[in-house]
Amino acid sequence: MKALRKYIDKIKPNFEEGGKLHAFRSVFDGFETFLFVPNETSKTGVNIHDAIDSKRIMSFVVIALIPALLFGMFNVGYQNFMASGTEGTYLDMFIYGFLAVLPKIVVSYAVGLGIEFVVAQWKKEEIQEGFLVSGMLIPMIVPVNTPLWILAIAVAFSVIFAKEIFGGTGMNIFNPALITRAFLFFAYPTAMTGDDTVWVAQNSILGFGGQVPDTFTAATPLGEAAAGLAPTANFMDAVIGLIPGSIGETSVIAIALGAILLLWTGVASWKIMLSVFVGGALTGFLFESLEMTTLTWADQLVMGGFCFGAVFMATDPVTSARTEGGKYIYGFLIGVVAVMVRVLNPGYPEGMMLAILLMNMFAPTIDYCFVQSNINKRAKRALNK
Amino acid sequence: MGKLFSPENKAAFTNPLNLDNPVVVQVLGICSALAVTSQLEPAIVMGLSVTVITAFANVIISLLRKTIPNRIRIIVQLVVVAALVTIVSEVLKAFAYDVSVQLSVYVGLIITNCILMGRLEAFAMQNGPWASFLDGIGNGLGYAIILVIVGFVRELLGSGSLLGIQIVPDALYDLGYMNNGMMTMPAMSLIICGCVIWAHRAINDKK
Repeated sequence: MKALRKYIDKIKPNFEEGGKLHAFRSVFDGFETFLFVPNETSKTGVNIHDAIDSKRIMSFVVIALIPALLFGMFNVGYQNFMASGTEGTYLDMFIYGFLAVLPKIVVSYAVGLGIEFVVAQWKKEEIQEGFLVSGMLIPMIVPVNTPLWILAIAVAFSVIFAKEIFGGTGMNIFNPALITRAFLFFAYPTAMTGDDTVWVAQNSILGFGGQVPDTFTAATPLGEAAAGLAPTANFMDAVIGLIPGSIGETSVIAIALGAILLLWTGVASWKIMLSVFVGGALTGFLFESLEMTTLTWADQLVMGGFCFGAVFMATDPVTSARTEGGKYIYGFLIGVVAVMVRVLNPGYPEGMMLAILLMNMFAPTIDYCFVQSNINKRAKRALNK
Repeated sequence: MGKLFSPENKAAFTNPLNLDNPVVVQVLGICSALAVTSQLEPAIVMGLSVTVITAFANVIISLLRKTIPNRIRIIVQLVVVAALVTIVSEVLKAFAYDVSVQLSVYVGLIITNCILMGRLEAFAMQNGPWASFLDGIGNGLGYAIILVIVGFVRELLGSGSLLGIQIVPDALYDLGYMNNGMMTMPAMSLIICGCVIWAHRAINDKK
């Protein structure tokens, strides 16, 4: 650590005003503050802050994502080996999945951070750290067969139009990772859900895995439910997660590990998480009682992206409701809308993305209502004195 | 009439093309810009129809401006515009049936186009017929330019073609290229309109 600090201090003058690498100032600054908490204090006013700045918070979320990511990689390999009938050890499956997923992570970070660096340099600001998490989330919420060039376009679209034009990290109305997915979903529907060939990687990579026949299809449980069939995967399959689906969303156990870390560190709000599940369960139970779907209320919670969305997307501190009471309503409605979209619109087997984006839009309104009612209450109290 | 191209008349024509563009500066006529621009051909036809209607409505209202009672001027303007729209609509049905089917109700809705009413109220009621004519042509073309830009981008990226002729080669599709389905949705034309406004402001702010 000491050696690293020394090295950074040594090369620092190159990036300051007049240094020969001044053009890369914001890049350097971004890396320095990523590695070390800035050793600066506020000069004006009275401020209290601890060492947990937004870079550290983002790092917690990335760490929380790792179980789901590793499991997702394994599952990618597992699905390919099963579909192609290849024999292999668990390690082979993991390596295959790793090789299949790694390019997506690289593309997502390269495009997203590239745009952030350019914008930061252009506006003469520090690099904003928001993409640290988005860049990790994006590869985890797409099907494994998403072509890389499409992913690159979608990432560029979302960083520019969902984030930078609103003023960058912390100013965005919608979750950038979900905008990426929404763009993919509407712009390239065949690459996202088309005829159920997108969920299982089809080619062997560097000798790992096998060639899956072109006619092979694998529907996600929700895809089957939307088609009116009973899903082949049962509740336990969905909890363990060895089922077709987007890369990071399949295993409830892996997501739960991340959720524990987020709740323990206080990064994510338990109020939002809890109320998403309550909303989804109640709505799922209602539709189950009305016999409008083949899924039980518990299936609704564990299948598809419900858990992943509830833990990592709905709790995004920037786009969610900020008032404490508002968080319950915000989360509850996400759960309700997600299950409603799933059941009532057979064209969209998965409703979590649309539900969260919709509620992102209403979060400021919810906050406004809570703040106003609080003001009114206090005003009344003051008048009645 | 001695000065057909006096500076004022010239300004009436050229301003709406750039600095006073009805779509990107005044942000009028957005609804139809979103609705008819998924292909280039209807965008061009729509742009020309609005140009013709604005120009002649401007001339007619400008000729009548001293006789129109102030309190019913909007109704008179609407009657004039409605008559012109009907003529254009019938002409389109006769000579460009396919396009008129594509444009469907949006030809009829030119009556309610804010650009038209805006020009009649703001310009034709105060100026002579020749200046009004130039102003109408200028505003119509200013509208048409934006429609063509948006239609160009949307048809090229959304359908891989221009004016119905395939531009993106089959070889590219074989490599895995896909048309962007979002470009065919109105939501994307709003974003492209926004980009045009962004570029327009960026260029003009520098001057």
